[in-house]
Amino acid sequence: MSATNAAVAEPYDYDVIKKFAVMAVVWAVVGMFVGVYIASQLAWPVLNFDSPYITFGRFRPVHTGAVIFGFGGSALFATSYYVVQRTCQTRLFAPGLATFTFWGWQAVIVLAALSYVMGYSQGKEYAEMEWPIDLLILFVWVAYMAVFIGTLMQRKQAHIYVANWFYLSFILATAILHTFNNIAIPVGLFTLKSYSIFSGAQDAMVQWWYGHNAVGFFLTAAFLGMMYYFVPKHAGRPVYSYRLSIVHFWALSFMYMWVGTHHLHWTALPDWASTLGATFSIMLLLPSWGGMINGIMTLSGAWDKLRTDPIMRFMIVALSFYGMSTFEGPLMSLKDVNALSHYTDWTVGHVHSGALGWVAMISFGSLYHMIPRLWNTQMYSIRLINTHFWLATIGVLLYITAMWISGISQGLMWRAFDDFGNLQYSFVESVAAMHPFYVMRAIGGMFFLAGMCLMAYNVYRTIRQGVLAAQATAAPAAAAA
Amino acid sequence: MEWFADPANAKSLGLLIFFVTFCLIVLWVYGSKKRGKRLEEHKNIPFLDDEDMKDKSNG
Repeated sequence: MSATNAAVAEPYDYDVIKKFAVMAVVWAVVGMFVGVYIASQLAWPVLNFDSPYITFGRFRPVHTGAVIFGFGGSALFATSYYVVQRTCQTRLFAPGLATFTFWGWQAVIVLAALSYVMGYSQGKEYAEMEWPIDLLILFVWVAYMAVFIGTLMQRKQAHIYVANWFYLSFILATAILHTFNNIAIPVGLFTLKSYSIFSGAQDAMVQWWYGHNAVGFFLTAAFLGMMYYFVPKHAGRPVYSYRLSIVHFWALSFMYMWVGTHHLHWTALPDWASTLGATFSIMLLLPSWGGMINGIMTLSGAWDKLRTDPIMRFMIVALSFYGMSTFEGPLMSLKDVNALSHYTDWTVGHVHSGALGWVAMISFGSLYHMIPRLWNTQMYSIRLINTHFWLATIGVLLYITAMWISGISQGLMWRAFDDFGNLQYSFVESVAAMHPFYVMRAIGGMFFLAGMCLMAYNVYRTIRQGVLAAQATAAPAAAAA
Repeated sequence: MEWFADPANAKSLGLLIFFVTFCLIVLWVYGSKKRGKRLEEHKNIPFLDDEDMKDKSNG
């Protein structure tokens, strides 16, 4: 009865959002811890403990799976369900199906991590899950699409706000990418092992069509949806230009699908294909920076908020990193730059300036804005948010600086020749030269993880405070009744 | 017509269709002041449900 009353009183369906928000924080701590551990293994190999289960090769997809799909995915589910309801002024369509997406998605992350540790992998980056887990993802994703589109269809607002366009494109594109990249033939019905239907250069091209669009639609478009709602909402002023956001959306949607082949310069892939990828990568700079400027200029006339509000600072620094990494990406896609940067730590640094600087920071800002509203309370500690901000910023800067130096040094050492035309350095010499930077990267990761732990504590105290306040309000009401 | 029917030309044709569509979208967005004003009004949608006027994140 009380549940029914609560549902009537509350204009939006927050239950599943609360679950996803909590798990986003949990997976962030777990995923970042594993990330710091594998970074430490590279700096101090003794941490492998001669156990195959915790080697870099098996733990690396555990890290990427937990942070991208666990943390990022849960944050996207949470914020998309929140934004679509509040901008359409309606409740979630099929809340039971939404709850299924929660449990299904969490099962995917746990099963994937267990299978990697046991040694099962398709060997496709960011798509390591074997076929039964891929099928589960498909069911969850179709349910997600049904909930999201169903909610849009029952909206009370005539216009669909632009943030929802970004979320919808992410949902549609991920469905297509996931399906085609994971077409595989299982070895047997009762075995996890399967083999891709594609082979050779074709397999590589499909994989990187998937891989870069996972960056483009999962890690960019979707988080731009987050940005287009939470930055204006938290700043208390509308987005700088709505028309620019429309052009930003369509330009990204038209261009991103073409760029994946820039991951395959100087390979067996036809030269024209990777050149086409590089060309579109350069063109992407325009909409990316247009979107970044649109986000940052939203704060125009209220820049003082950056001094006083650490949540706003998270969002604006995230947009700055978005601008920086979308400049660095096209630069690295140029064939001559790629000849130096590819297969080196520069790529790892680039990925993390996007993942930690853009994706994680915009998520932190959005979660700090959303969580107190979900539990109808205030954040437990603003000072902790401020400390988190500085730990995260120092952590990212240490990380990417280490990887820039390391990556460019690697590239230069690998291509150096002596006077007789022989390679000047052996591979192991380049590995030894990287050691100080691997230590520096691990320390950067520790800073970032420490900030994340502070956030987990702050969120825990905030939720507890909200729950206790709700109980205190409910008790006299129940007694009076 | 034969050129359109040849599968080898599908990529160029696709690129052409997408490019023209994109140009039309840009034209539609910026082509009319009246439409532009109407589009810009949509930027206020996130604030239409502002029952929570007090800033709960303390920010």
